[in-house]
Amino acid sequence: MLETLKIWWHQGKQWIPDVETTEVPGIFRGRPIIKAGVAVDEAMLLDLCPMDAIQTNPLAIDLGKCSFCGECAFACPDKIQFTKDFKLSHNLREGLVIKEGVDTPIRVDADKVRKEIRKTFGRSLKLRQVSAGGDGSCELELNATGNVNFDVGRFGIDFVASPRHADGIVLTGPLSENMAESFLDAYNAVPDPKVLILAGTDAISGGLFADSEAVKRSVLNDLHVDLYVPGNPVHPLTFVNGVLGLLGKMKH
Amino acid sequence: MKITNNQVVALADIERLTYNDFFMQACDALGNDAAHCVSYFALPEGEEEYLLFCYIANDETHDIELLCSKVNKNDELQSLTSQNLAIHPFEREIYEKYALNFIGHPWLKPLRYPHDRQAGGDIYDYPFYQIDSPELHRVGVGPIHAGIIEPGHFRFICEGEKIHHLEIQLGWQHRGIENLFVEKKKLLQRATLSENIAGDTVIGHATAFTNATEALAGWEAPEWLQVERAIALEQERIAVHTGDLSAICTDVAYQLGNAVFGRLRTPMINYMQKWCGSRFGKSLIRPFKTNFIFTEALAKDWEDTIAKYLPHFTEMAEQMFDLPSVLSRIERTGVVPTQLARTIGLVGMAGKASGLNRDVRTSHPWGAYKDMNYEPVVLQSGDVYARAQMRYKEILKSIQLIRDLIIRRRALGEQTKIENPQTKWTAKADSIVLSMTEGWRGMICHVAVTGADGDLRAYKITDPSVHNWLGLALAVRENGISDFPICNKSFDLSYCGHDL
Repeated sequence: MLETLKIWWHQGKQWIPDVETTEVPGIFRGRPIIKAGVAVDEAMLLDLCPMDAIQTNPLAIDLGKCSFCGECAFACPDKIQFTKDFKLSHNLREGLVIKEGVDTPIRVDADKVRKEIRKTFGRSLKLRQVSAGGDGSCELELNATGNVNFDVGRFGIDFVASPRHADGIVLTGPLSENMAESFLDAYNAVPDPKVLILAGTDAISGGLFADSEAVKRSVLNDLHVDLYVPGNPVHPLTFVNGVLGLLGKMKH
Repeated sequence: MKITNNQVVALADIERLTYNDFFMQACDALGNDAAHCVSYFALPEGEEEYLLFCYIANDETHDIELLCSKVNKNDELQSLTSQNLAIHPFEREIYEKYALNFIGHPWLKPLRYPHDRQAGGDIYDYPFYQIDSPELHRVGVGPIHAGIIEPGHFRFICEGEKIHHLEIQLGWQHRGIENLFVEKKKLLQRATLSENIAGDTVIGHATAFTNATEALAGWEAPEWLQVERAIALEQERIAVHTGDLSAICTDVAYQLGNAVFGRLRTPMINYMQKWCGSRFGKSLIRPFKTNFIFTEALAKDWEDTIAKYLPHFTEMAEQMFDLPSVLSRIERTGVVPTQLARTIGLVGMAGKASGLNRDVRTSHPWGAYKDMNYEPVVLQSGDVYARAQMRYKEILKSIQLIRDLIIRRRALGEQTKIENPQTKWTAKADSIVLSMTEGWRGMICHVAVTGADGDLRAYKITDPSVHNWLGLALAVRENGISDFPICNKSFDLSYCGHDL
């Protein structure tokens, strides 16, 4: 008993008091800034990007396709910089496209959030996670949202074991064809109203797997997506802030 | 022919045996207790013909036997699995992919339901083993699991609470990644793919891809870079093992261990983020170059991070392995005895916990490991306890390894750039290379085959999970079904790494 108390005492405080304003350690690659007025070889950038995430006219990075490898920033450090801003989530797919000359925070467009979402889930949101071809890293980061550091439970957000207990689905992975039917089963088992969150580059756009014959993304065509959370994998703070934004619970 | 890890061989130099000779020579090589099959696959050659490539590694002589045979689609091939059970996943893969006939395979079922399969049928129609008895019942779990974890289907046959039999059906995660290696032409795309084979083993798989790519190009990484890659691999091991100890505590309802190991994992993966910007080490390992040189500041940061981690980790681990309530759940639970482990071909951590000294770092070392006197941790009891202890002991070993590697790295001086970097895929034409690394889970094996144009013709990946899933299925026999989660976590196998 004394040993247990000693260990407990030695841990000190591990939780992150404010998940919105905390700083992540090191050289995290978050929201990019593409500087206007700096000349760059766009053809070279298009050829360089492994994810086809770079667009031209105007020059832009699609965070729904980006793997955050940073190669473009290494090639053109004066033009492209990745900041440590981990708030990357948006409720609209086009909200993930960061255009040249734009340096504003990414925030959920509150007007486009369905009215029943905030009314029904504002104080409690239970989620069921479905991995369909995910590589395991997004899944580990979603698990980490519940650990003592990020402690997403304090906001009334939790992952539950059954879709019947859930208010929504969090999809990871490019949606493998072999999982398409089971994914739909889980989605349909969630009572209405429900939310659908796509977590990670693979889930949002298919990533490098988008044109693989082994994936079947067409099952997403008829479903309403409430939140896109970019990352490869998503950082726990990106996910937590994204969901808080969706629910209208961000303080800053 | 006898080769070593990362040795490039011209396809024309490989003798094409008749299937009978191929079979006899494979049986002969596998007759040695230190030998095991690390890769075996078929490569289409023309309309109806296939080349079979089989790699058998001998951990004592440190060489690898490469056997090759040309067979026709309609040949009747005597199954190697009938002689050596550990071959079973490889023959199942060749069967479902190309519908080759293996005669005498005891369990010729689909392995992963690839989209381009020629045999195996529908994934919802898997031929599960059945026992007809009014005293038994079946329990189906998955493909979607209760936790935040990848999908797989488990079918138990139980008598009351006791598991008689477990069959594991995989394939749900299949993304066609081996084909994508060939279809995606940019080097950076292939490197990114290698990081996404199994997201919990980024460094392990990316290092195997990088070693294979550099070998094919005849490019040798400078020693300082080899040392840095080894530091990354050991750091990945420390991080995942720490997280696994947390999860093992969760599954025996030991909340303190779950919380403490869980929060101790955070600084370990955050260290990777400080190094390369990704908590999982994505973008750190690149063929022919590095974007993130291991600086003296990073070395000092690692020493500080470990100085804070180690006392808390040791205190927590000692308490965990001293608590009767934990020990009673993990001792003699999910046992795989040594002989069974050898028969089914366990590798890596699970193999070492069952008394098999299988560790690529010593048996077929590459890069910085060639000059290291590493003694693997080998335990005998083969139960959940041994697999948990394995994590504890390997973390301490890896910390020591990194300390030694940092000394080596410092002796090589601060570096600022690579002398001869490359950004494009270049490779010897019509060649084949096998590249093995020891990830935290165990032996990772990549085989790259190039065509006449020097581009990739085929890319084959074997995650350690392919060898070890059967180990989990056999470990839980005659255990209570409530102990299944803890057995599963103690193996912690990859679904996407298996399904590819």
